[in-house]
Parts: sequence; C-alpha cells; structure tokens
Amino acid sequence: MAWTRDDMAARAARELQDGYYVNLGIGIPTLVANFIPEGISVTLQSENGMLGMGPFPFEGEADPDLINAGKQTITELPQSSYFSSADSFAMIRGGHIDLSILGGMQVSQDGDLANWMVPGKMVKGMGGAMDLVAGVRRVVVVMDHCEKSGAPKLLKRCSLPLTGARVVNLLITDLGVFELDRRGGVTVTQLAPGVTFEEVAAKTEAEISRPGS
Amino acid sequence: MAVKVRDSAAEALAGLLFDGMTIMSGGFGLCGISENLIAAIRLAGTRDLTVISNNCGVDDFGLGLLLAQGQIRKMISSYVGENKLFEQLYLSGQLELEFNPQGTLAERIRAGGAGIPAFFTKTGVGTLVAEGKELREFDGETYVMERGLTADLSIIKAWKGDTEGNLVFRKTARNFNPMMATAGKVTVAEVEALVSVGDLDPDQIHTPGIYVDRIIQGALYEKRIERETTRPHVTEHA
Repeated sequence: MAWTRDDMAARAARELQDGYYVNLGIGIPTLVANFIPEGISVTLQSENGMLGMGPFPFEGEADPDLINAGKQTITELPQSSYFSSADSFAMIRGGHIDLSILGGMQVSQDGDLANWMVPGKMVKGMGGAMDLVAGVRRVVVVMDHCEKSGAPKLLKRCSLPLTGARVVNLLITDLGVFELDRRGGVTVTQLAPGVTFEEVAAKTEAEISRPGS
Repeated sequence: MAVKVRDSAAEALAGLLFDGMTIMSGGFGLCGISENLIAAIRLAGTRDLTVISNNCGVDDFGLGLLLAQGQIRKMISSYVGENKLFEQLYLSGQLELEFNPQGTLAERIRAGGAGIPAFFTKTGVGTLVAEGKELREFDGETYVMERGLTADLSIIKAWKGDTEGNLVFRKTARNFNPMMATAGKVTVAEVEALVSVGDLDPDQIHTPGIYVDRIIQGALYEKRIERETTRPHVTEHA
C-alpha cells in the first residue's frame, strides 16, 4: 500500500527536531503542521513576513491582514512576530531557517529540484521557492513518485526548468524515503508498507541503491 | 513646510502619472494592497505601465483591475498563479513578464532604496534566473549578481500613518510595503487611519516619514480575503 497524502506529511513531520525554525510549502507540506510529534516544539515561518504561525482561525474570525504564504487566513501565537519581506528572506537566505519542506514536480539524482514552471503551459512563478532551497540548511521535498501518466519524477536529470541545483537532501514520495548525497547518490532508506525495492526501481529513472550497498 | 496630506487618491496622484512609467505596488496577494490608489490609477487610464509587485491581484480586484483595462505592459513579480487573465495575456504575447525569486525581488527593492546598485546572492544560481547575469565565487560558493530596483512611483498601504508620513503596518499586511516606500522617486501612502503628529509612538514606527511624499486616508477598504480558511468551533461530543 502506497502512502496517502497524510502518511507522507506524517513521515515528513518526523524530520522535525525540537527548537527548529521551519518553513512549510503549499500542498502536502502544509499538512505537516498537523503531525508535529508530541514533545517537539517548532516555530513555523511564513515567508510573507511572520514567525510563529498559528492554526487556521475559527469560522467568523478570519483577519484579512493575517495570511500565510499560500494566502490562507491564519492566526498568531503569543510568541509570533511580524516583519517585512526583505527581513523574511534575510532570514531564509542567511541560513537561519533549519528546515524547508516543499513540493516538487521533478527531482534529479544530483539533488536538483524543478517545481515552478512548465514551459508554454504553466506560468505561475517561483514565489519564494528558489530562495528557500538556496538558503535553508536542510531541504526536504514531498511529492508523488510518478506523474498521473505513470512517468517517473525521480530522474537522472530534470527536464523542467530548475528551482535549484544540488539542493535536495531528502525526498519523500508515496512509495518511500530517499536520501540524496547531492553527488548522484540516491539511497532508499524506507519503503511504504507492501512496496518493494524492485517496484520502486521500476518506477524510477534515477540510479537508486539500498542502504549500505 | 511641505504639506504631505491630500484629500483623495486622485489628488495624491495628481501630476505624478505618465504613460510608460514604472510603478511599485505593495502587498502580498490581496493583503496590504493600495486599494484606493490602484482604483485612482485605473480611473486615470495611464498606460504602458511597468508594475513591480510580488503578485498581480486576482481577475477582478487589486492590480488585476489595471490588467483587465490593458494598462500594464510589463510585470516584475515572483508569483502570478492566482490570475487567469494574466496567464492568457502572457501566453499570447500581450504582456511582458519578468519573474524574480521572491527574496531576490524584496532585496532588489531594498537595495534600490538604499542606494546599492547591485548585490550577489546564491538564489537562482544554476537556473534560468541566472542566465546572462554575472556570476562570482566568494569563499568557494557561486553567487549571481542582481541589480537594485527603483521606480517612478511607489504606492504603499499602511494601517496607520501620521501627517508627517510616519507609517505603522499591521500583521502580514507589511510584506513589500516598507522597502517599496524607500525605492520610489515619489512615494504615495494610503492608510486606514490618518492620525496627528504625536499619536504614534516613535519607537513603534515601521517606515519613517522621510520616505513618504504624500499620504491619504483611504476612502474605502474592502480588504478582500483571497482564501478564507477556517476551522469549525470546537463542539462537545456526547
């Protein structure tokens, strides 16, 4: 059984450590906040200018001046702080954020990430993703292992325009967990229940290896 | 002493608008945007605008209003995914677009306002963003040179402001507004509450009045929410 979106978010949450400052991207990464392990306290950064993001507001209590980077309404916590976009990215670019968890379209075996455009088709923009992968100490990508067509997304080389070169440390897909050494080495460190290494290898273009091999 | 306060958005922009100009517009999504000044630029009909703003509003609000009237020739932004018209105009070649990583955009504006013509950053090295730009190594890492940005006009939204142009922002509505206030040849601010000198605590001012040339009390604020996301009130289950 491949992992669900919630399973993937829960697995990503295990990368959190007590005291971490963390930036969560849009989509499955946002769900990670629902699975923060007991006894671990992390501070969530929102790149539009906030540290200490709280949960979604109760119905009827949304504040138009208080949104996250996905433009969803949120709340503040007693320890929250607000700042400008320049200060926010000084934090990110300056290496002060411990962990960035973001979505992906393609990841290469060298740790390249593509997640911001499909030439001629999707024109949305990179937002803060390029700054995050360049500046944050550890980068975790969460994405489906294959496209809807079945085409692999963990590749030898990305065919889409890059968000960053040699930036991904860890990849979590619905099939398993992959440690990237950013020099071409991809090690499968965990498989989803009932998923075999052979199945993963068949659905992956990149060279992958078992731990210790 | 020059009086900064104007009575309306149209008056605050009088003599400042011309076809082909570059305008910086504060806000993130629809949060912290200059609703009244954007409406006045729409009415003025100024064309061939280059607009520097993180986003371009939505189809029927914010900068999307200027887009719908064909007033914008070029956007410098980091993310425009909320706007279908934008995508159509761009893919059909009717709109120029320069994508900047969000942090690079913020720093280019900060640098422009601080008299720094260029800086080096790791962001975008090895991607399309670095193509045609100078690369340089510092301490074994490769960086790309990015230029500071300025504009003919910056339009800024703050929560409170005094008659000297000192500004206080509220929560995440701050975003790009403080840097843009520094990078406009002329900066016009609109506020929800215009107060007298002395009403703001000098220690709590985010943008000092030196950066603000004209200021208005905004006539009307819709403060539309792009993605209202809530959780249900907790109810006791038997």
